[in-house]
Amino acid sequence: MADDPQERRQAMDKEILLQADHITKKYSGKTIIRDINIELGKGELVSLLGMSGSGKTTLFHVLSGLTLPEEGRVLLRGEDVTGNPGRVSYMLQKDMLFSHKKIIDNVSLPLVIRGMGRKEARAQADPLFEDFGLEGTQYLYPCQLSGGMRQRAALLRTYLSSQGVALLDEPFSALDTITKSLIHKWYLDVMERIDLSTLFITHDIDEAILLSDRIYILNGKPGQIRDQIIIKEKKPRDENFSLSDQFLAYKREIIGKL
Amino acid sequence: MNGKLPSITSKLPAAAALALICLVWFLVCETGAVPAYMLPSPVDVARAMVNDFPTIMDHSRVTLQEAFYGLCIGVGLAFITATVMDRFLLLDRALYPLMIITQTIPTIAIAPLLVLWMGFGMAPKITLVVITTFFPITVGLLDGYRNVDRDAIDLMRAMGAGRMQIFTHVKFPSALPNFFSGLRISASYAVVGAVISEWLGGFEGLGVYMTRVKKAYAFDKMFAVIIFIVIISLLLMAFVNLLSRVAMPWVQVEKRQDLASAGETGK
Ligand SMILES: Nc1ncnc2c1ncn2[C@@H]1O[C@H](COP(=O)(O)OP(=O)(O)O)[C@@H](O)[C@H]1O
Ligand SMILES: [Mg+2]
Repeated sequence: MADDPQERRQAMDKEILLQADHITKKYSGKTIIRDINIELGKGELVSLLGMSGSGKTTLFHVLSGLTLPEEGRVLLRGEDVTGNPGRVSYMLQKDMLFSHKKIIDNVSLPLVIRGMGRKEARAQADPLFEDFGLEGTQYLYPCQLSGGMRQRAALLRTYLSSQGVALLDEPFSALDTITKSLIHKWYLDVMERIDLSTLFITHDIDEAILLSDRIYILNGKPGQIRDQIIIKEKKPRDENFSLSDQFLAYKREIIGKL
Repeated sequence: MNGKLPSITSKLPAAAALALICLVWFLVCETGAVPAYMLPSPVDVARAMVNDFPTIMDHSRVTLQEAFYGLCIGVGLAFITATVMDRFLLLDRALYPLMIITQTIPTIAIAPLLVLWMGFGMAPKITLVVITTFFPITVGLLDGYRNVDRDAIDLMRAMGAGRMQIFTHVKFPSALPNFFSGLRISASYAVVGAVISEWLGGFEGLGVYMTRVKKAYAFDKMFAVIIFIVIISLLLMAFVNLLSRVAMPWVQVEKRQDLASAGETGK
């Protein structure tokens, strides 16, 4: 079963939502990432694993449309959205909740930006607070929330700004280990309930294995996709998975490829 | 309740120092160490203040008007200038050095020119206030706009925000703390600016009144006016503080949060 080519193809046959097509990006003449081809299928949770400085954030800047690549295209449901921000939802490496806005206004900001009135945007965001474990924080300011809660709020904002697709840049890396493992559990749970296909960056191998359906490995200078690993463990997963032999096997495989 | 106590105790030393200075002043006058025609006793000053209160109020109404109008115009101009300079880099490069240079021109030096050009009415006073208050606010706003986190702007762009939305949702609110520190300085400059320009000629105002009592060698009244100007400036600054609290409610929350976490680690 492990490397059944048919299963691999099935994974690829899913409706492709987001696609990086031969992307090369340079900063001041220096090639940061070269010829990147990746895909995100509907309902997938795919991670991009690589050492810091390998160009993961740079790739996300291209995918989100914030910066233009030297070569290649970004396709969203087949439509060319290269250099066209506002289409692919993007949660930046820093949580970036605006300190001058209450949580509910931070979270509903993407709706306001799309032209909705503040009241209506608040009303639309409010019911989601419970789903995201944020009940009661609506009218607090970001400084009144713990790190884990802020991350959830940023994720809720990303969800509200998304049209089914989101990029998350190291969403959990700033959290302490205990908070992190709690939020992993929560994250897997939330992802079961909402319709959000995500591509997320991490440099934490355990996190990548635990959360992903597939893992792309990005490394080298300039950064290139070295390999792709499919994690076949069924979902929902729990902590036992991270203690299993299977988990270790995946880990060994990844370390070998980094 | 708990929040009030430390703020009162922290102000006690200043109040004590002030009381001590008044006491020394009183003793120096009472013992005749300094003759009364040079330094009026605090008792005389207080008496002058009470007796002249209606006159001083009339004059201060005019001065406050000048300061207030000047401040409003100054804020408006500063906002437009800073926002346009932030939007167009070329304008910023052209104007910023010029603004620094104009700031080195002393207020007292331009005041007579303004009187020459505009006469003895309110216009030259308001203009002087505008000139003195414009700069701190413009610089405050510019710094505020520039300090906005690059990532914050990237995030806004990624959400599809346009330039105007980035300004209203991120840039302007982030510049507010700087704006208010500029306004706080400007508010105190405004009263002083108005008084200085009144010295040089006019019909009403605290500066005009000061020159009158000075000519009459009524030093007690002179002191009374000076103290009054100080009080007005303080009131104006308190008003700005109040305004900043209303405009930036999150700052209070952050301060309280900092205090709470400091208290936790302290214990
Ligand atoms: N705006 C930029 N201008 C110039 N160089 C950049 C810029 N952004 C990133 N880089 C460079 O690109 C390389 C990859 O950075 P980044 O994409 O942030 O890596 P990662 O997210 O994998 O840690 C780094 O060497 C960094 O210095
Ligand atoms: Mg990065």
